[in-house]
Amino acid sequence: MVVGKMKLTFQKRVKLAQGLWMLSWFATLGGAVTFALGCFLKTELRRRGEVMDNTDIHCVPNTLMIVGLASMGINYFASRICQDALDPGRFPRWKTFLKPFYGCSVFFTTLMLISVILSYIMKGSLETSLKIGLKNGIRFYKDTDTPGRCFQKQTIDRLQMEFQCCGNSNYRDWFEVQWISNRYLDFSSKEVKDRIKSNVDGRYLIDSVPFSCCNPSSPRPCIQYRITNNTAHYNYEHQTDELNLFIHGCREALVNYYMGLMNAIGAVVLSVFLLQCSVLASVRLLQTSMEAVAGQENVEVDSEGYLLEKGVKETFMEYVDPVLKLLWLNEVTPAEAKAEAGTS
Amino acid sequence: MVLLKIKFPFQKRVRLAQGLWLLSWVAMFSGAITFAMGVFLKTELHRRSEVMHSMDIHIVPNLLMAVGLASVGINICAGKVCQDSLDPTRFPRWKMFLPPFFCFSVFLTSLLLVAMILSFALQPSLEESLKIGLKNGIRFYKDTDTPGRCFQKETIDRLQIEFQCCGNTNYRDWFEVQWISSRYLDFTSKEVKDRVRSNVDGRYLLDGVPFSCCNPASPRPCIQYSLLDNSAHYNYEYQSEELNLYNRGCRQALVSYYMGLMNTIGPCVLFDFLLQMTILVSLRYLQTAMEGVIGQENVEIETEGYILEKGVKETLLETKEKMKKLLQFARVGDASAVTPDTEPEADKPATA
Repeated sequence: MVVGKMKLTFQKRVKLAQGLWMLSWFATLGGAVTFALGCFLKTELRRRGEVMDNTDIHCVPNTLMIVGLASMGINYFASRICQDALDPGRFPRWKTFLKPFYGCSVFFTTLMLISVILSYIMKGSLETSLKIGLKNGIRFYKDTDTPGRCFQKQTIDRLQMEFQCCGNSNYRDWFEVQWISNRYLDFSSKEVKDRIKSNVDGRYLIDSVPFSCCNPSSPRPCIQYRITNNTAHYNYEHQTDELNLFIHGCREALVNYYMGLMNAIGAVVLSVFLLQCSVLASVRLLQTSMEAVAGQENVEVDSEGYLLEKGVKETFMEYVDPVLKLLWLNEVTPAEAKAEAGTS
Repeated sequence: MVLLKIKFPFQKRVRLAQGLWLLSWVAMFSGAITFAMGVFLKTELHRRSEVMHSMDIHIVPNLLMAVGLASVGINICAGKVCQDSLDPTRFPRWKMFLPPFFCFSVFLTSLLLVAMILSFALQPSLEESLKIGLKNGIRFYKDTDTPGRCFQKETIDRLQIEFQCCGNTNYRDWFEVQWISSRYLDFTSKEVKDRVRSNVDGRYLLDGVPFSCCNPASPRPCIQYSLLDNSAHYNYEYQSEELNLYNRGCRQALVSYYMGLMNTIGPCVLFDFLLQMTILVSLRYLQTAMEGVIGQENVEIETEGYILEKGVKETLLETKEKMKKLLQFARVGDASAVTPDTEPEADKPATA
């Protein structure tokens, strides 16, 4: 049961080869673009690497980079094949090369599709990673004198200002940690002593946020201290005030940013995927139609091209069998060796 | 006295024409890049126009854009001329066109140099414009309820955050204006009443700055109020504190930014200018060399090319005479239109 059978006249074959050559160059560019997008995504993820707990999400840009490079190689070979295709003298040398070429190409092309799907699947993992990373960042905000953590304050401040966000889920996350270092607290003052005694861990907790949570769009100078105390500020009601601080949490802001990036990249990668599939299908059609002509005296005869000689399942088993045999062969030989040892 | 005479054998003429054609394409791209840089500089100046008082500095990007566009046109013409130059039948039609073309092109190309010089010469004007603009911005910071000024606060805040600067010259500029609106001041409180009474204009002045002056690189949570009062904060000395707020003034930050931009654009513009002058000189040589060939039977003879037929002074005098004649023609044309009846009268006595 042949899949995708097509009759190809000589003129059609020539047109197919020429069109394929142009297409394969576009697809090479597409592969380069995929690689570049992978690099860009990786750089962006690394820039905010300090507020991420794990690097699981990096599998998406890594896959994109591998697929981009592989696609450039695949399309280069595709263009060489179709250059030789119309010359019956030079075409046979590609015969043994083609089967592994198709195997690799289909593998990497499916990997392209998988990378786009991955970028949606990994959203949950990214969110968890950011949750833990931001929680730690907020916790170590005050430790500007501890080696290894001295830049947390600057990182979190710049992050909040750039992404216009405050805290992990919202600004109240700052109420639950001590973000002012003990170095700057006057322990002889009554207010400080009261606050420290008011909780079990002896932390200086206040209903205030750092300056980087302040929203420049607010008509009023920023209120960062005693946010929940309406009497502490003139003409102020914290329940109705929406413009004073940034409302979004940084986790939400970062997830939206990265999902937006990956959506845009996904659209481009999908179009490169379609281009790649059409290149592979055209190479297959060209190869099979040229094989029907090989050995004939008159090269300009009509021939049939097809995508798959047998059905999809049978072709798949054909490719997978050699791989499995390789694996089983290793298992069989120790048993054979034992049998030999037994008989000898 | 011919200026800069060079002998041109046939091969050299051909090479000159080919090289000039290629160079004119390169110069066309260079002109397009100059235009793009002019557009970029204008956009950047426009973005911060709210803190600029005058638009004098905009002449630099305007010149760059005009000359960039003109240079694209000039180089297209140059390319066409040198395409026709090796064909003695097609070349003569450019004869009338070339002298004004050269004058026009030299004038426009020198405008590039003028733009570069202006970008340095206008620096004091830019600084003055920023000084007044920022002063007004800081003064109207609190007027978020006044139409026309309600975005000053956001503009100044975002400017200070982006350029990492505070105030006009430094952070003390904020001590001299009331930047907290009276809407948010409790006039029944003693502290407010004292501050308002302490100065002639009745303004609420304090030694505090907005949050946008805070430096994220400081190891300590930002101190924005009671800056000059060491006892108001634990373990704080304002004289030795350097990281708490941004040290630079926004005027200096913006001037450095724009000068940096123009210093980057400068070498590209200079390169474009040199390229353009090379093309004009080569085109002049090609034109004069080809003029020696026109009308001759053998096209492949050696000819001489020069920049100016006579010396610089004589050429200038000649051009002056030509312009005078043109102006006189215009006047004579008017005069003859006014007195047509004098001629028949002159004829009459002869016939009578």
